[in-house]
Amino acid sequence: MTELTSLTLAEARDGLRGRRFSALEITDAHIAAIEKARALNAFIAETPDVARQMAKASDERLAAGQGGPLEGVPLGIKDLFCTKGTQTTAGSRILKGFVPHYESTVTSQLWRDGAVMLGKLNLDEFAMGSSNETSAYGPVKSPWRRPGSNADLVPGGSSGGSAAAVAARLCLGATATDTGGSIRQPAAFTGTVGIKPTYGRCSRWGVVAFASSLDQAGPIARTVQDAAIMLRSMAGHDPKDTTSADIAVPDFEAAVSRGVKGLKIGIPKEYRVEGMPAEIERLWAEGAAWLRDAGAEIVEVSLPNTHYALPAYYIVAPAEASSNLARYDGVRYGLRVPGKDIVEMYEKTRAEGFGKEVKRRIMIGTYVLSAGYYDAYYVRAQKIRTLIRRDFEAVYAQGVDAILTPATPSAAFGLAEMATASPVEMYLNDVFTVTVNMAGLPGISVPAGTDASGLPLGLQLIGRPFDEETLFAAAGAIEKAAGRAELPAAWWA
Amino acid sequence: MNAHAKPSKLIKGATGDWEVVIGMEIHAQVTSEAKLFSGASTAFGGEANDHVSFVDAAMPGMLPVINEECVRQAIRTGLGLNAQINLTSVFDRKNYFYPDLPQGYQISQYKSPIVGEGEVVVDVGPDEQITVGIERLHLEQDAGKSLHDQHPTMSFVDLNRSGVALMEIVSRPDLRSSEEAKAYVTKLRTILRYLGTCDGDMEKGSLRADVNVSVRRPGEPFGTRCEIKNVNSIRFIGQAIEVEARRQIGILEDGGRIDQETRLFDPGKGETRSMRSKEEAHDYRYFPDPDLLPLTFDQAYVDALAAGLPELPDAKKARFIATYGLSPYDAGVLVAERSSADFFETVARGRDGKAAANWVINELFGRLNKQGLGIERSPVSADQLGAIVDLIGDGTISGKIAKDLFEIVWTEGGDPRRLVEERGLKQVTDTGAIEKAVDEIVAANPDKVAQAREKPTMLGWFVGQVMKSTGGKANPQAVNALLKAKLGIE
Repeated sequence: MTELTSLTLAEARDGLRGRRFSALEITDAHIAAIEKARALNAFIAETPDVARQMAKASDERLAAGQGGPLEGVPLGIKDLFCTKGTQTTAGSRILKGFVPHYESTVTSQLWRDGAVMLGKLNLDEFAMGSSNETSAYGPVKSPWRRPGSNADLVPGGSSGGSAAAVAARLCLGATATDTGGSIRQPAAFTGTVGIKPTYGRCSRWGVVAFASSLDQAGPIARTVQDAAIMLRSMAGHDPKDTTSADIAVPDFEAAVSRGVKGLKIGIPKEYRVEGMPAEIERLWAEGAAWLRDAGAEIVEVSLPNTHYALPAYYIVAPAEASSNLARYDGVRYGLRVPGKDIVEMYEKTRAEGFGKEVKRRIMIGTYVLSAGYYDAYYVRAQKIRTLIRRDFEAVYAQGVDAILTPATPSAAFGLAEMATASPVEMYLNDVFTVTVNMAGLPGISVPAGTDASGLPLGLQLIGRPFDEETLFAAAGAIEKAAGRAELPAAWWA
Repeated sequence: MNAHAKPSKLIKGATGDWEVVIGMEIHAQVTSEAKLFSGASTAFGGEANDHVSFVDAAMPGMLPVINEECVRQAIRTGLGLNAQINLTSVFDRKNYFYPDLPQGYQISQYKSPIVGEGEVVVDVGPDEQITVGIERLHLEQDAGKSLHDQHPTMSFVDLNRSGVALMEIVSRPDLRSSEEAKAYVTKLRTILRYLGTCDGDMEKGSLRADVNVSVRRPGEPFGTRCEIKNVNSIRFIGQAIEVEARRQIGILEDGGRIDQETRLFDPGKGETRSMRSKEEAHDYRYFPDPDLLPLTFDQAYVDALAAGLPELPDAKKARFIATYGLSPYDAGVLVAERSSADFFETVARGRDGKAAANWVINELFGRLNKQGLGIERSPVSADQLGAIVDLIGDGTISGKIAKDLFEIVWTEGGDPRRLVEERGLKQVTDTGAIEKAVDEIVAANPDKVAQAREKPTMLGWFVGQVMKSTGGKANPQAVNALLKAKLGIE
């Protein structure tokens, strides 16, 4: 059975189509793997019954020759996507026991295409975090360990459950979301591929909102091709989301092997941050060399407003979050802690329902929107956002097709290692990724090597709006040059 | 604009005259099938929470999608208010916690409303007209309703209204009396009803007013205002302004100061009372709703809507004056409701407009008011009334008989022309018969004849006698002419 869980999504898809194994077999193999991997705490809810039911239905369709593009492929779903009839918590105590009566657009498209749901994946509470330690359902442990060490590492966040489950072969791919780096950073930490598509590429309908103008769904998978296959099913215009783009979804998979000959790849000098570890610097240079060797032209570019991105992000995102999370008031669903009057009920419910990091961001967001501070913070942050977008536009106007940067400033850190650090140190994890969300661009994280201790490191490629195809092509070239990422040994099983 | 009231509108205080300054925020429910951002029905009534979508209940991950019909209605209303239509506008979130506000914010328009400045011309009385500036009109969501009387310890929430589209129409502080304020709301309601953009039904809450009231000495700058929230009838608007102005004058004359605050009008007690002070006012933390893109449309879209607008009250009034020779006052009365105006036009078409107006306003409206009926339920149709006017016009019946005929048509119905035939109501135009009656009256009243020769206005008495003796059927012109000849007066 182990071998079924080690297949890539593409191999599994082809095997299912060729009837070499059944959807139920590959689903059962994953259910067994999940049961053995509970030490990782990657799932908030396992849904084996739902999975088997879906797998049987897939087998019937496959037998009838009616399989969809993902027919019988078992996936994990970040617990931020509302799933009809299955508890959806957003990693928060305030939504414990909440069972939606509706299915998010993204997941309903996956089911439409034949995918099988294995369960709901752990995440930082309301997707706020970079280590998956803010989840009310406990931290996710990375399947990676430093050689010779038993110390637990973080899988990154907020899509820590998604990245850990994919790396640990608990599912063939997983949905994730990215507001400031929540797909790309955990993908980089776990040696997986994660793409945050262009804002508007995937519908936000039915995805619990963190920061509406930045949130975007995307896949985490073990290969570039797998990510491309998943994204095609997840993407598409949705009239229920006004910010969803009415743009045709191309065959991303076809772009993966397209090559980079003739592409112009930009290296932004402002991403060479102070104190950057030499190994990250080396990896970055290596990535550029691989692309050059594959036929791309490498040019240095400038994104002068980069260093304003992180502070501006930590104004815009909490501002929107403070408003988006106002609906969790104990009145209609989720946790309610009674009080002597309505105000006390609100206070007690939200005090008990939200964790520390969520409260911190609600307070920051409330502050920056309040009378007298709005212009000084929120309005200025929006101006910076415009400047950041213009930086990218100017680079693309020079004929640059994609921009290559490191995905993270370091490899994964230890669980609880940052517990005493200031929140800002944790926020620095997003330094290379937030610009992409602020500009609404697509960004992909692809494994490119390891650090000195053998932990995975990733490179990021940033593309033009709605040009995910170039990202898949360039990431495909890096993957090819670097060799497919190693998978962690199954110490947990 | 900072107009000053006529002296007659000033309020007399113990220490001199005061001027009241009023501005209004009218919340008008948009006439549409579905809510502003969800597909749920806007139908009034139904069981609690019957008309609630996942969006209205603010379930996690739900997103608003603008209902184009509401946008269309807002633009049409803006055009009806002679206002600037903004081709780009922005929806903002107004953040506050309340159980009947499921999202924890109301989606409204703050800095960039869909409609900008406009104006409304208002008839205050038979010969006074004022122009009220419109500052803006914006679209926003209505809240749900908290029910505090359903359970001993709990409050219930009904979200049927949650998310229903409202137009908030903000006036300039251009009103100077409760009469002006009432006339303004009445006129605004007329315009909305003509446009079909709001049914104006205040009993159902389709139209509510927040009334901003301040007082000042004539000629001085604006005083501190208080906002009276959610007044739901035109009569109450008038009362609320009167008592609030009196309250403020009382405080100021006692040497006090007006605190800016939100107040509620209690019609039972005839007083306003404080709801919350400026210090307690919410910080709404407005910011653009990131779930919604800016609302944009092109001028061609606006032009097409403008071309499809119905004739509005001011234009109709002007046309009635020009085409039918009506007085401005009568024209104003007729256009106050579109159905009345339409009724009048059916009666007036091809007939004497003044006579038609006279019959519609004095006879029909009088009778309808007495019975408490609307024009839609008039027992006398426009065609029937038109026939009566025709019968007078062609001399078939006298005006007096016409009133009797109207009464018959009102109670029994039927074709007026046939009724005149069947009941022998025709006017006597046979001068022989009239002359006989005139001769009899003159012969029987020699003393009056002498008086009439001294005082020609006595003619009226003779006319009355002749009409009486002919059962009202004699042609009054013929009677007049004959009497003048017989009595030898001019």
